[in-house]
Amino acid sequence: MKPFTQVEGRAYPFGRTNIDTDVIIPAEFLKTISREGLGEGAFKTVREEAGNVFDDPAYAGATVLIAGDNFGCGSSREHAAWALEDMGVRVVIAPSFSDIFSGNVFKNGILAAELPQEAIDRLIEVAADGLEITVDLENQVVTTPFQDRFEFPIDTFRKECLLAGRDEIGLTLESDAAIAAFEQKMTAQRGWMAPQAK
Amino acid sequence: MSEPRTLYEKIWDAHIVERRDDGTCIVFIDRHLVHEVTSPQAFEGLRVAGRTVRRPDLTLAVPDHNLPTTARRDAAGKRVPIADPMSAKQLEALEANAPAFGIRYIDDAAPEQGIVHVVGPEQGFTLPGCTLVCGDSHTAAHGALGALAFGIGTSEVEHVLATQTLLLKQSKTMEIRVDGTLGFGVSPKDVVLAIIGKIGAAGGTGHVIEYTGSTIAEMSIEGRLTVSNMSIEAGARAGLIAPDQKTFEYLKGRPLAPEGSDWSAALAWWKSLPSDEGAAYDTCVALDAADIAPNVTWGTSPEDVVPITGSVPDPESFDDQSKRAAAAKSLDYMGLAPGQRMEDVTVDNIFIGSCTNSRIEDLRAAAEVAKGRKIAEGIKQALVVPGSGLVKRQAEEEGLDRIFIEAGFEWREPGCSMCLGMNPDKVPPGQRCASTSNRNFVGRQGPGARTHLLSPAMAAAAAVTGKLTDIREMMG
Repeated sequence: MKPFTQVEGRAYPFGRTNIDTDVIIPAEFLKTISREGLGEGAFKTVREEAGNVFDDPAYAGATVLIAGDNFGCGSSREHAAWALEDMGVRVVIAPSFSDIFSGNVFKNGILAAELPQEAIDRLIEVAADGLEITVDLENQVVTTPFQDRFEFPIDTFRKECLLAGRDEIGLTLESDAAIAAFEQKMTAQRGWMAPQAK
Repeated sequence: MSEPRTLYEKIWDAHIVERRDDGTCIVFIDRHLVHEVTSPQAFEGLRVAGRTVRRPDLTLAVPDHNLPTTARRDAAGKRVPIADPMSAKQLEALEANAPAFGIRYIDDAAPEQGIVHVVGPEQGFTLPGCTLVCGDSHTAAHGALGALAFGIGTSEVEHVLATQTLLLKQSKTMEIRVDGTLGFGVSPKDVVLAIIGKIGAAGGTGHVIEYTGSTIAEMSIEGRLTVSNMSIEAGARAGLIAPDQKTFEYLKGRPLAPEGSDWSAALAWWKSLPSDEGAAYDTCVALDAADIAPNVTWGTSPEDVVPITGSVPDPESFDDQSKRAAAAKSLDYMGLAPGQRMEDVTVDNIFIGSCTNSRIEDLRAAAEVAKGRKIAEGIKQALVVPGSGLVKRQAEEEGLDRIFIEAGFEWREPGCSMCLGMNPDKVPPGQRCASTSNRNFVGRQGPGARTHLLSPAMAAAAAVTGKLTDIREMMG
């Protein structure tokens, strides 16, 4: 995973609520066995609307996406995270995210930062003018050229992993002995849990 | 005496391998279901890193999302080729990856094949008190049996394959209590739609929901699966229902369930799992079964629920600005006007199926309505798609297939079908579908498709009249 420290860039002033992962990446694009190239299908139905933010040259190359409440709800498809990554988005800022989505983006080195609706409204104003927004993970703060300063919370473990670009599987495998010990204990206590082939 | 604990807390505590200082835990996973859409990149990741599957014995693979619901073998027993090369490739990848990594695989034409969330309980792969994951958000369904079950992304699929664990933080708990007797024509689907309508699509975010109360206790396992399945539509990654005598009776004798002395040992543990008297939840919500009507959705979020006797709301009636904007967009997409009566909404397509409503009781409920009736002339397509080959066989033994076919429905092979537009079953652009599935999102059933979520009996009633219909009027 790519380490995440700080991102400075233009932002898509998207703002909509309850954006589900079917909207982020429709099912027709899930028939791939690769993680690459999903940006092409990202927000397909939104991009069919005239004047949508994703095709507006004012936001070309944006690295931040500002959205509404419950962003990434619905399907567990990690293709939504891969699509955002492929379109160059490194940070999504919203009042809330679905649990599965926030985990998925995190595992792809994308920061999901939660800020209250008032902050979102202000950031949308700034972003809509094509101005750059700065997201600093170390200090957990989003700033604008107008001295706006919004602090966001983040789980310590996730912060650590993002800053270091850490591979979670590698990390867990360091606890291999503990997993093996747990398995032994389970065989003794709940041996019936292993399904029997009949 | 130890603190009273909830069902969730008991399962959580029993699966912690290691707890880090920041509260993140390595949690052991007892069961992993794998399907073709969210696994190819995970298997590829294992290959690249030179890793193996730690516990193939706890893993079960079955194709469902991409499979066409038409015949999969010809008269000579040869595989019917899949027209879409991308779908075919994804299915081939699972078929190759499962044996390569030593994972049990149910193939596309096996009698046990079906939607993962129908197959798991049916095979006894899902057990009370187990932790169960799958790269699919409707994994929440398995909580109906008292399993802590939730959807995961592909990176987590790879993590579970490699380590048989996940890195998780403990969730908050929410009790949703439903008491009382459901009225005539009111089904478990209506209960869960009422819940989502009440708490909203993000109401359960960060929580594991436990469904309690007499209405849930009275419900069959199949009904409970419908309710728990849609926990994710209320934002909760998992739903749970305490295992009881019904659960045990449902599981006994299932192919992968414990037997003999193992069964007795399992039963003893399962009986200790229900939430203790006095256990506290972070949030509690209560509903009265008597207040629940047959429900339908009007918009593009599962929280957009009204009783069938209701009308399309006016976007201006919502308190906050973002909801007003979302409602206006939804109505535009759905081709509906504020104030329009739901019972006046005509439909083009009917879909009875999906991991929410494709089990035998769902098909029986729909067949009861379809029996001796014909689908309306305006209906362009009406599909009945059993959740598994075993459900299909049982339905055929009961003659339900004949009832559906005589009424004008198509009787199909098991799979995800028209729930999500990844296989040939799609709702054409601009057309409307009365669907027993779980999501009415923009484009969910195909680009431009308009979805109304409802129960199997209500879907069958809509097929007969050609519009959304109050089942109580038709059958009462």
